[in-house]
Amino acid sequence: MAECRSPAAAFADRFDAASKGGALRLAELPFLTQVDIRVDPASPAAKDIGAALGMPLPVAPGTTVISGDVTVAWLGPDEWLVIGPEGYRFDLLRKALGERHGSVVDVSAQRTTLLVAGPRARDLLAHGCALDLHPTVFGLGRCAQTMLARAQVVLLPRQDGLLVLVRSSFAAYLAEWLLDAATEYLAPRL
Amino acid sequence: MRRESGGRVDRSRTLRFRFDGQDYTGHPGDTLASALLAGGVRQVATSVKLGRPRGIFSAGSEEPNAVVQIEEPFPEPMLPATTVELYDGLVASSLPGQGRLATGPDPARYDAVHAHCDVLVVGAGPAGLAAARAAASTGARVILADEQPEPGGGLLGAWPADVVEGLLGAEWATATAAHLKALPEVRVLARTTVFGYYDDNYLVAVERRTNHLGAAAPAHVARERIWRIRARHVVLATGTHERPIAFAGNDLPGVMLAGSARTYLNRYGVLPGRRAVVFTADDSAYAAAFDLADAGVRVAAILDVRPSPGEALAREVAKRGIVLLAGHVVTAAQGDGQVASVQAGRHRPEADPAVAEHAFDADLLLVSGGWNPVVHLFSQSGGRLRFDETLGTLVPGDSRQAVEVAGAARGVDTLSGCLADGAAAGERALGGQAAAAAPPPVDVPTAGGQAFWLVPASDYAAHFVDMQRDVTVADLHRATGAGLRSVEHIKRYTTAGTAHDQGKTSGLLTTAAVAHALGERMGELGITTFRAPYLPVSFAALAGRDRGPLHDPVRVTALHDWHVANGALFENVGHWKRPWYYQRVLADGRLEDMETAVLRECRAAREGVAMMDASTLGKIDVIGPDAGEFLDRLYTNLMSSLAVGSIRYGVMCRPDGMVFDDGTVIRLAEDHFLLTTTTGNAAAVLDWMEEWLQTEWPSLRVYCTSVTEQWATVALVGPRSREVLAGLAPGLAVSTADFPFMTWREAEVAGIPARVCRISFSGELAFEINVTSWEVSRLWTAIMDSGMVTPYGTETMHVLRAEKGYPIVGQDTDGTVTPQDLGMSWVVSKKKADFIGKRSFSRADTVRAGRKQLVGLLPEDPDFLLPEGTQLVSTDVPATVGTVRGGAPPRTVPTLGHVTSSYRSAALGRTFALALVSGGQSRLGERLYAPVGDALVPVTVTSHVLYDPEGTRRDG
Repeated sequence: MAECRSPAAAFADRFDAASKGGALRLAELPFLTQVDIRVDPASPAAKDIGAALGMPLPVAPGTTVISGDVTVAWLGPDEWLVIGPEGYRFDLLRKALGERHGSVVDVSAQRTTLLVAGPRARDLLAHGCALDLHPTVFGLGRCAQTMLARAQVVLLPRQDGLLVLVRSSFAAYLAEWLLDAATEYLAPRL
Repeated sequence: MRRESGGRVDRSRTLRFRFDGQDYTGHPGDTLASALLAGGVRQVATSVKLGRPRGIFSAGSEEPNAVVQIEEPFPEPMLPATTVELYDGLVASSLPGQGRLATGPDPARYDAVHAHCDVLVVGAGPAGLAAARAAASTGARVILADEQPEPGGGLLGAWPADVVEGLLGAEWATATAAHLKALPEVRVLARTTVFGYYDDNYLVAVERRTNHLGAAAPAHVARERIWRIRARHVVLATGTHERPIAFAGNDLPGVMLAGSARTYLNRYGVLPGRRAVVFTADDSAYAAAFDLADAGVRVAAILDVRPSPGEALAREVAKRGIVLLAGHVVTAAQGDGQVASVQAGRHRPEADPAVAEHAFDADLLLVSGGWNPVVHLFSQSGGRLRFDETLGTLVPGDSRQAVEVAGAARGVDTLSGCLADGAAAGERALGGQAAAAAPPPVDVPTAGGQAFWLVPASDYAAHFVDMQRDVTVADLHRATGAGLRSVEHIKRYTTAGTAHDQGKTSGLLTTAAVAHALGERMGELGITTFRAPYLPVSFAALAGRDRGPLHDPVRVTALHDWHVANGALFENVGHWKRPWYYQRVLADGRLEDMETAVLRECRAAREGVAMMDASTLGKIDVIGPDAGEFLDRLYTNLMSSLAVGSIRYGVMCRPDGMVFDDGTVIRLAEDHFLLTTTTGNAAAVLDWMEEWLQTEWPSLRVYCTSVTEQWATVALVGPRSREVLAGLAPGLAVSTADFPFMTWREAEVAGIPARVCRISFSGELAFEINVTSWEVSRLWTAIMDSGMVTPYGTETMHVLRAEKGYPIVGQDTDGTVTPQDLGMSWVVSKKKADFIGKRSFSRADTVRAGRKQLVGLLPEDPDFLLPEGTQLVSTDVPATVGTVRGGAPPRTVPTLGHVTSSYRSAALGRTFALALVSGGQSRLGERLYAPVGDALVPVTVTSHVLYDPEGTRRDG
């Protein structure tokens, strides 16, 4: 994807600088494959898509299943977001669906992925997210569609922080917001 | 004055500050109020209406009097001096009741944080600390918030010598808070006032983080922080406020709440006067009298309204040689600018006016009418308050939220009682079933106070109730005399309780005085509603970081940086920034003006080739066997008949038949469509589709997915666009025959996989090239590299579409316009059984003559540009109103419509406009007038299609 340009590409240097102090790690994880799946979870098609994914589509609200470098996040009773590495073969999912009713739509460029990690990651997000992000409440295996500041996001907890999936057009706004919110965590403590 | 020792101030360090132009000093640990008292300052404010001198009445946030203006380091109006922590370099001044806002922007940061906890404890006095510790001992997530800089509450001033668990009270508080802070799931917030309590145990607090550092506050730390807290359970350990008593001259500097004087002595090491008189209805003021006497203040007398304070207290009084007059009241405090003498007389319980029988020289008059639990937050939570006849005050009753009140805030008045009550509340907060159990009843108070509010007099003009608003008992009598009975009405009639302090000292006193005047019981009258905020909160804190560029999100396309670098000015469309026009640098170095730029861009599109970033259009992927049927019901025209590979324009209406949105529908496969929406309506259209699918037509097998930002769109427009496209997409057959209007093709353009659509929003030959938003920069650059293409912005797009009479939903429509009104009857299917809006097209109102219809307007002066929004009138209206002068229409005439779009056209060589005009289609050729300023501008009504009405240009 050398000839592609990711939505938060212009922030790479500032994210790097903000990641130096040890409190936070900010980065864009560009060009991940993202696929929106709509299908009746009780249908054989859903089962076949699960088989193609190597894991079942999660049916509990606000949960994810993770297998290797692929995450499937529950977005609604009949909607999931698959996040995989660049080049992930989502055409196999389409093939698994076949001619049956459902949709497998490439939305890789619809949102970009920001990594917010480090010891203060959750504190940083708490400035703009009304959800309880405590690891016991919102740990690995959870996901949420919510607002971060004034942008819609999908939040996915990771071992050391969270992934923030944001609409490409909001990426610059959110990057500025995150860097501004980080001000206090980057300078020496009071 | 300051004592040699004692108190919790750090005498090893000196802070300099200035008040009303005079220099003073204080110490870390001081408030501005304690430092002023130490400096001998008596008057710190002037009252708002009467201009009376006012001093320091309390030692906390209930302060009604000592409201000051901070001048430096940053101007802040109306802060109670009792809540301002002293810092070096503080400059403040007294206020005549009103403050001054800063004239420059506030350079400090402010922010907000969301927090969640199992238990929120409000107040870090003995009850609050005990509650937090009990709750935290189970590993629960606990937040303890206290408005003071250090924990302890009453332990800091009222109970300074008491020992808790082997430690002096204040030391115990410090140690307990430190223990809590060290726990991983506990957050201790000092200098934090919880000021609002809302439904679902959502509370809002403000933390003052660097205010106390003055100019030394680090710039990167938010000065104040708003905490938005969601708590499973709340324990309110908010303590008490001492009650004042209304008597003549009770507002003079030197009159002070007894417990506050004790706090100044014990916490700040300050003697608030030299010679004191104590006036009380309660035992607690004796402790203040004894502490002050023991510290060297001459206590001239204790006037106790009760028949006797009891033997133990009487003995202590006698031991100190203090005169005790039981059954006496203060009839007046007198003095010039401050208390100099106190008149006293026997209390007559029959409410007869008391007569002065004694006079005492004094510069300090301590007052205690007993204590009011601080029930503000409890009341805000929806909790009911109960008037306790024994305590003579409001106490918390039931609440519908998971909250309970602990310690003094529910009438417990001993230290050991508060500690036990707090601990029990903390345990119950986590106890599941036990949490539902009501807290045990409070024992009858040991202090045996007598509710006493008001010294009867013949003249109440100087019995102050609300000192900040200058409301006296006489004012309340004027209200009751005018027939008012409700305390809410009296509050609004007199303004009592409406000041910055929200009536913390005046609220119940008002009720008491009204009850006294009406001969009713206080419990019957109640009290005015407690509302957030508990304390004044600055707008800067509430705004937080939502200001400047972060005030509202800006959405940008993947080409935004290119637009910026190439001279684009931007137009706001929803949250989007769209290039408006590109400003070139002229040969002489000046910048092109807008008119020149837009004419140039229009000419390029009509005569050569131009391109626009159209990525902001909403895009929705629609899949399913019933997708065609679904779109048939959604759009006014037929979509299911669209051939795969083709494109159709469509209009959506609301059920009222009014235009809601428009766009194109592309059929990608038999069961697969991609539709576009207007930029501003992308989310609304998707919501609309989901609403119908989920609530009305769940049987339709259709899935919708937003792909607005997956795809970026470049509109390549103009007679030479085919030539440019052919150069970039050698594999694509671009001739009219191979690639007809309103079809799409997949192709590689500049080596990028693309979907190319032959859609035109300008009437010219045009191609819309869709690629992923990751790759559009490359596409755009490749097109620019052809050297033939002029980029254009939204203004040119508007001119081009208006010349063709294409409406913009939301600009040429306003929710009262049907497709027929827009001259688009052709887009409304006569064949379809039903679609959203169909029934409304047979309503009388939508078929009547005289509806406003879209037309073109040509000003008779071809250089005159009509302002958009201009009203249109006719000369043919009957002159029933106004007068006709010189052929002009009457001064008052009905409007026929208004200008919706107005531009200067390069293609037409003149100005033109679109307008909604009553019966417009039947007025073609008619002359109307547009009142612009004082002039009536003549215009001719024309068809809304002004350019190439035959459509000869669309194939190039």
